[in-house]
Amino acid sequence: MHSANLQLNGEDKLKHFLTIDGLKREVLTRILDAAEPFTEESQRTVKKLPLLTGTVICNLFFDTSPRLQASFEVAAKRLSADVLNLDINIPATSGDETLLDTLRNLEAMHVDLFVVRHPDSGAAHFIARHVAPHVSVINAGDGHHAHPTQAMLDMFTIRRYKEEFVGLRVAIIGDVLHSGVARSQILALNTLGTSEVRVIGPPTLLPTDTRTLGVHVFHDLEEGIDDADVIILLRLQKERMNSALLPGGQEYFRLYGLTGERLQAAKQNVIILHPGPMNRGVELDSKVADGPRSVIPQQVSFGIAIRMAIMSMTIETQQVTGK
Amino acid sequence: MTTPRNLRIANGRLIDPANGIDETCDLYVTDGRIHAVGEPHAGFKPDLTINAEERIVCPGLVDLSARPREPGLEHKGTLRSESRAAAKGGITTFCCPPDTDPVIDTPAMAMLVRERTDGIGLARLLPLGALTQGLEGNRLSELAALQQAGCVALSNGEYPLANTRVERGVLEYASTLGMTVMLRPEDHHLRNNGCVHEGPIGSRLGLPGIPGAAETVAVARDLALAEYTGCRIHFRGLSTATSVPMLTQAHTQRLPVSADVAAHQLHLTEMDIEGFNSQCHVNPPLRSLLDRDTLRHGVSQGVIGAICSDHQPHEPDSKEAPFPSTQPGISALETLLPLTLKLVEERILTLSQAIARLTCGPADILGLPYGRLSIGSSADICIFDPEANWQLTARDLVSAGHNTPFLGWEFTGRVTHTLLEGRIVYDAG
Repeated sequence: MHSANLQLNGEDKLKHFLTIDGLKREVLTRILDAAEPFTEESQRTVKKLPLLTGTVICNLFFDTSPRLQASFEVAAKRLSADVLNLDINIPATSGDETLLDTLRNLEAMHVDLFVVRHPDSGAAHFIARHVAPHVSVINAGDGHHAHPTQAMLDMFTIRRYKEEFVGLRVAIIGDVLHSGVARSQILALNTLGTSEVRVIGPPTLLPTDTRTLGVHVFHDLEEGIDDADVIILLRLQKERMNSALLPGGQEYFRLYGLTGERLQAAKQNVIILHPGPMNRGVELDSKVADGPRSVIPQQVSFGIAIRMAIMSMTIETQQVTGK
Repeated sequence: MTTPRNLRIANGRLIDPANGIDETCDLYVTDGRIHAVGEPHAGFKPDLTINAEERIVCPGLVDLSARPREPGLEHKGTLRSESRAAAKGGITTFCCPPDTDPVIDTPAMAMLVRERTDGIGLARLLPLGALTQGLEGNRLSELAALQQAGCVALSNGEYPLANTRVERGVLEYASTLGMTVMLRPEDHHLRNNGCVHEGPIGSRLGLPGIPGAAETVAVARDLALAEYTGCRIHFRGLSTATSVPMLTQAHTQRLPVSADVAAHQLHLTEMDIEGFNSQCHVNPPLRSLLDRDTLRHGVSQGVIGAICSDHQPHEPDSKEAPFPSTQPGISALETLLPLTLKLVEERILTLSQAIARLTCGPADILGLPYGRLSIGSSADICIFDPEANWQLTARDLVSAGHNTPFLGWEFTGRVTHTLLEGRIVYDAG
């Protein structure tokens, strides 16, 4: 079964949001457009919209990520949905109850939308295949496979500052191998017509056959960010440092840390994105993080708007097809 | 089951690669043994005649690796259910890896599985003894005792020996007993937590990969130790292109080394995992098209002497989870012959080669007297209709495990009768 079929109904409307893979440019643009009005909501005094009154959204996190969960929760609440937060640690589920049983149990509580985060690649697809037909699934990160809402908020941010994707040179720096975020970003950037997507990192942190993902590969930072319009930094997980893949954070910073000096290689008006949480002194120095080229704080608020857009789109599709 | 004393299998096309026979003639069986080919001895009166007109009559298939799951994992399969599946697939002899629960590391366990299977009487099970106690890779099992209890070879199951000193020890010890050691060529550390081939598809899906080098490194290491110890080794389940020339080289050096490949590795590739298809989660993983084609070439050249089922039945729950959390393996006894015949259709193998890789090929690897229709040998016979077209459905499967990526595939060639020691153990009717 191709993932695109699973995500879309017969009229190309989103019923699940699992991956960028297989989605056309129009669908991505529709998501970005739908998020636009929601960015204004946060400026108003009454922040709630009555769009999803009476629906139940369940944050099903098998892999803790408090900030991400908060972002989804705020998005759901702004749409007036009821929110159920479930942190499930894996040993408990694999020991006693299968993932399918957990799902059936929660479905019985009349959940309309599951936001799923799971350490296994493909988990969101698996859940989408097994939920009742009227229920939506949004992937909030499945292993190293995909993190499509994060990628879409990054696209939203880029569009805000650069307007068009055509003509842009985007450089992604860091641990692509273990990053669903990077895979989703690469797919989204290419689908939206970005002129050149580059990835930069040590070979130990890049997947085999990286080029087949549709990117140019660089192992040297300055060379890679040369003339870049957008730089996206990836988070370096603690467990990757001091391993067989990497000697440590300091060495990483020496080779791939973004500093004001190195930033000279990029375009004057370059913007810098980071999915957070940042490791200052590893992925970038504080001057860059807090400097004029950073749009990292804006990403967080755009994240809520994008998630509001995707939640309302998927639930709307399911309500229309369900009836 | 019918047990005729004198049996005539009439007018079939007899293909017995071990004896260089490929002709239309009768086959005669007396008291469970091959009595004559072509003309019977004077006074032979058949109690039963099987009309094999337009059928192929060949030796019963010999499978170097099939897991019946009993004892220990009866919710996945039992000796009875999987013996039935073997008989339906034309397989009369199969080797059972030692990773049962408890492990086959004692003579008592080896005898238990053999006797239980003999009692059922639908297929012949040959146990593989555990190389190390509990398959833990540290201490040798009582290999001589295992041999006496009927273990035809030794293996550490799916747990490759990580310690080369232990490996050297087991090979030296086994060589004095004249036993073959089956090795899963896989470097434990390079495998890490991988579940798919490390390649473009795995990279895109973000699934942890197992590099082809995990096999190359192990093959090189095992060959070096085989040469050093003089032990006869067999590579169980090759998956990469690079292994094939290494094996050819070893044959040139006259090292006592052999290899097999699972039938699914000759048909599927990494592309089949697309959409997180857990039915294609196997170990070793499905690799690239080049790997598949080189393995096919290796089989046709005879460098890889046997095709096996690598049968691993599962209950549905084992495959109902996100891909990395599913269990690897395919329920494969009933597709071993059809998948191999597909290689004949695709002109990779001649019919005689195909049958050889399923009969005398695997039997010779372990020095077994099966997989041939020599006069006096056990009347283990497979009769199939080479023209029958059929589609695999879950309802067809008699194995307890319905986990197969081949549901819906169309095949040509289907078993009509299977005989074990002259007894009809399967009759399609």
